[in-house]
Amino acid sequence: MEVTGRSNLKAWLYLLPALLFLGVFMVYPLVDVFIYSFEEGYNSASQSFFGIGIYNYSYVLHDPYFLQALKNTFILVIITVPLSTGIALLISLGLNSIKKLKELFQTIYFLPYVTNTLAVGLVFMILFKKTAYSDGMVNILINAFGGESVDFIDGPYWAKMMVLCIYTIWIVMPFKVLILTSALASVNPVYYSAAKVDGTSKFRIFYKITLPMISPMIFYLIITGFIGAFKAYSDAVALFGTDLNVAEMNTIVGYVYDMLYGDSGGYPSYASAAAIILFTIVLTITVINLLVSNRTKK
Amino acid sequence: MEVVLKNLTKKFPGRDKKNPVEVIAVNNFDFTIPDGKLVGLLGPSGCGKSTTLNLISGLEKPTSGQIFFGDDDVTKLPPENRGIGLVFQNYALYPHLTVRQNILFPLENLKGKEKLSKQVMEEKALEAARLVQIEELMERRPSELSGGQQQRVAIARALVKMPKVLLLDEPLSNLDARLRLQTREEIRRIQNETKITTIFVTHDQEEAMSICDLMIVMKAGVVHQIGKPQDIYDDPKNLFVAKFLGTPAINVFEGEVKSGKLYIGDDCIMDAPGVKDGKVYTGIRPEGFKLNETGCLKLKLSRVEVMGRDVSIIGTKEESLNDNIRAIISSDNLVDTRKDTVAFDLNPKKVFVFDYETEERIRF
Repeated sequence: MEVTGRSNLKAWLYLLPALLFLGVFMVYPLVDVFIYSFEEGYNSASQSFFGIGIYNYSYVLHDPYFLQALKNTFILVIITVPLSTGIALLISLGLNSIKKLKELFQTIYFLPYVTNTLAVGLVFMILFKKTAYSDGMVNILINAFGGESVDFIDGPYWAKMMVLCIYTIWIVMPFKVLILTSALASVNPVYYSAAKVDGTSKFRIFYKITLPMISPMIFYLIITGFIGAFKAYSDAVALFGTDLNVAEMNTIVGYVYDMLYGDSGGYPSYASAAAIILFTIVLTITVINLLVSNRTKK
Repeated sequence: MEVVLKNLTKKFPGRDKKNPVEVIAVNNFDFTIPDGKLVGLLGPSGCGKSTTLNLISGLEKPTSGQIFFGDDDVTKLPPENRGIGLVFQNYALYPHLTVRQNILFPLENLKGKEKLSKQVMEEKALEAARLVQIEELMERRPSELSGGQQQRVAIARALVKMPKVLLLDEPLSNLDARLRLQTREEIRRIQNETKITTIFVTHDQEEAMSICDLMIVMKAGVVHQIGKPQDIYDDPKNLFVAKFLGTPAINVFEGEVKSGKLYIGDDCIMDAPGVKDGKVYTGIRPEGFKLNETGCLKLKLSRVEVMGRDVSIIGTKEESLNDNIRAIISSDNLVDTRKDTVAFDLNPKKVFVFDYETEERIRF
């Protein structure tokens, strides 16, 4: 069918509502953030600024709080993404190979997904927080094995980072397990029969058949895992409260939030610059991920 | 390698939880598949032929009975230790591996003493590929191949370890009609060249008849007849076998034996000495009719189909179990289509009589 000017117009008309909303709430803010990040000394009250340049970036990149947030975020990403994906794969393989009570276990592993982040935070408090009455479950365990109590919430940096990593891994696990169990279940069993007839070892079946067959899903999880971990914020708040800079547990998104609304806030330009830096990092990592996954496919 | 099944039985538990009825997929199989032959397991869907194949391959464990390869009892051996090659109905080629990697896969599994050098593996893979004539497709992926080519790759993969027994599950069912003809010739040729005992499963009698050395006809988990295709066709043991083999299908009538004579309706078609009086089924192969104006069997004439090489006369008769009776005669004969009835003489070798109750063949 030939597309006439009239039907073209009609098509645009149908698209208009979606385009309008996307434009107003997605594209415009994105562009605006980009512009803000270059406007020096922007004042939101008077809507005025001194000049255009890269000072905002320079400020943010020299801000020790930002550098701390950057470090925290990178540590979080590097530790939690591979670990959570790996553990999820092991759990899924386990779930896939059991026969009895499979559904029950699948449900149990999915429960954290429907649990509120802050409620989970509370549980972690009970596990890790030192109070006047107790040192927390984990410390009680450590004491039982003859170790000394560690303050996981207000203590040394590594202890706090460990709790944050465990928390993050735990919270992203159910979704990954769900995706991977369904990916494993969708592999046609005839491939396993074929491999069995050929005398393939269990490890080789996993490495040569299962893994390549579910690799698209694994790549999906790694990419979304990277993006999610870079955008982490609420997990840190749930564990350490809103004063993350003092706790040395801030993340990049936390820094952006603080710059906008925090006690030291009111700097949309710095916040925008930090947001654009985060965007650049996430984009770079995602592109690298895609390139790697395309390469392995070939 | 000779394959011997001894009292082999496979039962599956019922699916219905309230009223579990065991399904007997394979019921007391007791036969020998001779060495170096191409053998077809033939039967309608759900008759247990694939289960039989899976039992021979070791993917299923029998409920009772034994399987021997030659003198070795393999009943308890896992599939990988039986020395079989198996071609799956949907080929089960690994989609992420190239043709070469697919064919190499079984060889790479070999461990310890059996381990081969890379060069030997490559040579063996190439040899297998050459046998099925796909050596120019080695670097392609399964998704880039046609159904027929995938089938060949699957056969090459099954053959690369030079198995003692080659098993094919419905090898032609996923191919179009033309490829089917071509591929069945291929299977015949490959079997002739390798001399590997080959067992294949099919529901298509034409397929089985055209290439098998030996055919095993089964239904509902029971073997009905074993023999050379032509022998089974010419001498069916019971009504099911007679009906299952042959296209066009055999014409079946309700008949009656009265004092040593076989009647269909009022027509006395032949002598049946020694057969006791009573109702019977009578099967007449389409090629068993001879046009004769004064012949013994009269049919109501429906139409005539001219096929060039021969002519099909389609008629009806009250006693017939089929809607139409089909008689195939040489195209030299002319049929007067203006007449309402047509009469035939019958070739007694093409007429079979079956017991009305048991449907077993009555020989005389």
